[in-house]
Amino acid sequence: MDWSQSLRLIAPEETLSIASLVLLLMAAWGGDKAAKLISVLAVAALVAAGILVAPALCGGAMGAETSAFFGQYRADAFASYAKILIYISAAVSLVVAPAYFDRFKAMRAEYPVLVLLAAIGMGMMVSATDLLTLYIGLEMNSLAAYVLAAFLRTDGRSAEAGLKYFVLGALASGILLFGMSLTYGFAGTTSFAGISASMAQGLSNGALFGIVFVFAGLAFKISAVPFHMWTPDVYEGAPTPVTTLFATAPKVAAMALTMRVAIEAFGDQAAAWQQIVVFAALASIVVGALGAIGQTNIKRLMAYSSINNVGFMLVGLAVATPQGVSAMLFYLAIYVAMSAGGFAVILMMKDADGNPVEELSKMAGLSRTRPGLALALAMVMFSLAGIPPMFGFWGKFLVFKAAVDGGMIALAAIGFAASVIGAFYYLKVVKVVYFDEPADVVKGESDVWHKLILVGSCVVISPLGFLLTKWLGHLTETAAAALYSGL
Amino acid sequence: MSGFPILSLMLLVPLAAALACLYLDAKSARTVALLATLANLALGVVLWLNFDVGGAQWQFQERHELFSGFSYALGIDGIALLLIELSVFLMPICIGASWNSIEKRVGEYMAAFLLVETLMIGVFAAQDLFLFYMFFEAGLIPMYLIIGIWGGADRIYASYKFFLYTLLGSVLMLVAMLWMVHTAGTTFIPTLMTYDFDPQVQTWLWLAFFASFAVKMPMWPVHTWLPAAHVQAPTAGSVILAGVLLKMGGYGFIRFSLPMFPEASAYFAPLVWGLSMAAVVITSLIALVQDDMKKLIAYSSVAHMAVVTIGLFAFNPQGLEGSMLVMLSHGLVSGALFLCVGIIYDRLHTREISRYGGLAINMPRYALFFLLFTMASIGLPGTSGFVGEFLSLGGIYQASSWTALICTTGIILGAAYMLYLYRRVVFGDQKNADAAAMADLDLREYLMVIPLGLAVLWMGVYPESFIAPMRADIAALDARLARAEPEGDAKLAMGKEKPAHEEATAHEGAH
Repeated sequence: MDWSQSLRLIAPEETLSIASLVLLLMAAWGGDKAAKLISVLAVAALVAAGILVAPALCGGAMGAETSAFFGQYRADAFASYAKILIYISAAVSLVVAPAYFDRFKAMRAEYPVLVLLAAIGMGMMVSATDLLTLYIGLEMNSLAAYVLAAFLRTDGRSAEAGLKYFVLGALASGILLFGMSLTYGFAGTTSFAGISASMAQGLSNGALFGIVFVFAGLAFKISAVPFHMWTPDVYEGAPTPVTTLFATAPKVAAMALTMRVAIEAFGDQAAAWQQIVVFAALASIVVGALGAIGQTNIKRLMAYSSINNVGFMLVGLAVATPQGVSAMLFYLAIYVAMSAGGFAVILMMKDADGNPVEELSKMAGLSRTRPGLALALAMVMFSLAGIPPMFGFWGKFLVFKAAVDGGMIALAAIGFAASVIGAFYYLKVVKVVYFDEPADVVKGESDVWHKLILVGSCVVISPLGFLLTKWLGHLTETAAAALYSGL
Repeated sequence: MSGFPILSLMLLVPLAAALACLYLDAKSARTVALLATLANLALGVVLWLNFDVGGAQWQFQERHELFSGFSYALGIDGIALLLIELSVFLMPICIGASWNSIEKRVGEYMAAFLLVETLMIGVFAAQDLFLFYMFFEAGLIPMYLIIGIWGGADRIYASYKFFLYTLLGSVLMLVAMLWMVHTAGTTFIPTLMTYDFDPQVQTWLWLAFFASFAVKMPMWPVHTWLPAAHVQAPTAGSVILAGVLLKMGGYGFIRFSLPMFPEASAYFAPLVWGLSMAAVVITSLIALVQDDMKKLIAYSSVAHMAVVTIGLFAFNPQGLEGSMLVMLSHGLVSGALFLCVGIIYDRLHTREISRYGGLAINMPRYALFFLLFTMASIGLPGTSGFVGEFLSLGGIYQASSWTALICTTGIILGAAYMLYLYRRVVFGDQKNADAAAMADLDLREYLMVIPLGLAVLWMGVYPESFIAPMRADIAALDARLARAEPEGDAKLAMGKEKPAHEEATAHEGAH
């Protein structure tokens, strides 16, 4: 393992780092006038990084030759899969931003740069094979995210969201660090391979505490119950393009990170963390569903929906099999499409003056004033609820299939039954949009980019998405195999 | 016909028309919907004519490996054929029933209906377990919209109840399906139908499927969504709900529960009998005291569906054939009855029985058809209702004579509530001036009730046309069930034929 090999493996991160630094300079000299140009270049950088990681995924890269910097970093098919989802999500949040921020005269040049920096952090998270790399990646992403949450500086809610996110995020990072220090103390190493080797010889109480704290910290990042409280406030307060980012890319990154930590570092002691994950999964499904019922703001509702969906994904992790991991990865891809579609609809709902409409009651009867938009929203909602033939069903199907094949039938049965609670509030949105008398508030013109994102994601979540199952299923299996090859 | 993907075409025609309807104005949407359903009816006729009675068990098979995890596999046997025919026959009538009464959002309405047709045909034609599940579940979405948007005053509650009730039943079924596929290693339904699952596990699988089909059927006591949904749904919604969607429950039993879990079916047969007995008596009595016409017919549907379930769980060919015929007959008759209610509802905009009276005077032709369907619902010989109920009850008598006894009261009670309804609406004095001023059937309504009336009589007079396609399939199912068949309490035995010479002497003695 020499340096040139390592530097070659981190080419996507290098590309993004250089791009973000150059764009930062452009932003410093060009000012906010250059914001749109910088956005375009940032998207180009993300595309370039995506092209750089694609071969690893398609080729099914795995094993020792993907390891860089003496076991600190791994550019395997698993990381590449997650990175592609992250880059797509980041690009979506860049594309939808200008139309939204222009309204508040807040399209600053820093926005694309911050998104790029967050993307680098997230890329490091999913590639980390050492607790320190993990932490650096996580914090790099988080710092950018705190600023992004408070991006509308003059808006009280946005500032509140940023502050809340920061305080609670710092707390979670502390918990995570504490768990990592315990793990290091008992395993004597910070590398995942080393921890795994140490734990194969037995689990001491201290190491168990370490596992519990690491999982608690990670649960915060993926907003799993009982560490989910920040999510609705941050989702509601943050500017909608930023919420779009929060709902997609960091979820993918944190979820992939959790998978890697759970499987590669603690894989030999699966029994120790499986019950934590089972609890978090079921609790997230139920709390996410019940919490959403009373919401009147669609962004808060989407926040609870994301908690709910995280619960379903964790079912795949709880099984701790390659099939479960592959199902989770598939679910993540569908989840990104559903979230992107959902937030595109939210971005497109504007009143006659162009102000964003977020109250559910103001969307009443949308199907009569804006039938296309209403249809898209209904598709997203039925897909999130996992009703076939919408593609969202397939994600749930795969994780529960993995659970049944892995012998966790009770978990599958309870999880599925709880999904009916979730169906209730998704139906509520459809009811408001289709059954109620028109409130006739949503009148604003839609941006063409929003439309494109919406149409794209609707095609994916429509029954046509099932045509992707073979291809995407192959990719997720490759990625899962890569994750397990490190063992 | 071999090789031509007629089933796919039957799925595609309504689907394409549904997409078109979304973009059309009211008038052309109606026309497109009618043409599409008629085209599908024609395809249905072609399908039936080309169905080789006594030929291969599965015909018109198609299979494409488009997806991972499951495949696009279609194919029908006689049972599925008949239910598909029922669906395509009722659909043009549903469109006709909505011709004038639906005024708002016609395009979306027609699209929802055509989508329902696609999904119904899909349910009956699917040969892959998960493909079946998708069609089965997807039907919830358009029905939810139909009830919720175009329903009556209390439609929101009804639509929620319909959706959540049926969804909860189905998700448990999905877990069971996942387990079955994991164990058997295939998603192909014909293979699964001959796969022997461990009898211990069958119990759980059977219960999971039961949760779904019992709700869909609906069986007492999980039937409460049905009256709510029926009362609130528009006329055509009720027709399709009673006519075809309820049959998905019965189809589920006959396609999945019975052949895949014979031991568990036998084990749980007393439970099904008990629930069916309760359903027949209780819901018939409830029907007797209704003052809302649609609710009355909805409760009568629950009672009729109970006759279907006892026939299915009689474990003999009579019972199985009888329950299939009850399903087909009920599809026609309850659909026709809802249509009859819809016809007068369109004129007076109330479903309250006491607001009508003496319709025989001003609507004699309507009274004639209404009487025909009423009698068919009661099960008068010569109408479709008789054949199925007789076979079904005859079948259950061999298995459990008590069940047969109690369920037969359903026929008496059925006569009571149907005739009581008929008397209050059609006979008697013309108490209400507005009801007395209603015009008789017009051409559109004739076009809807005449085919239904003819079909009812056809099935009543010559049921062989309907029994023939499914005879082999029922026989196969009966053979499959033979090993688990519960011992009946009736213990019927063929009477010994008296020797000829004794008979002769007896004759001589009489002289």
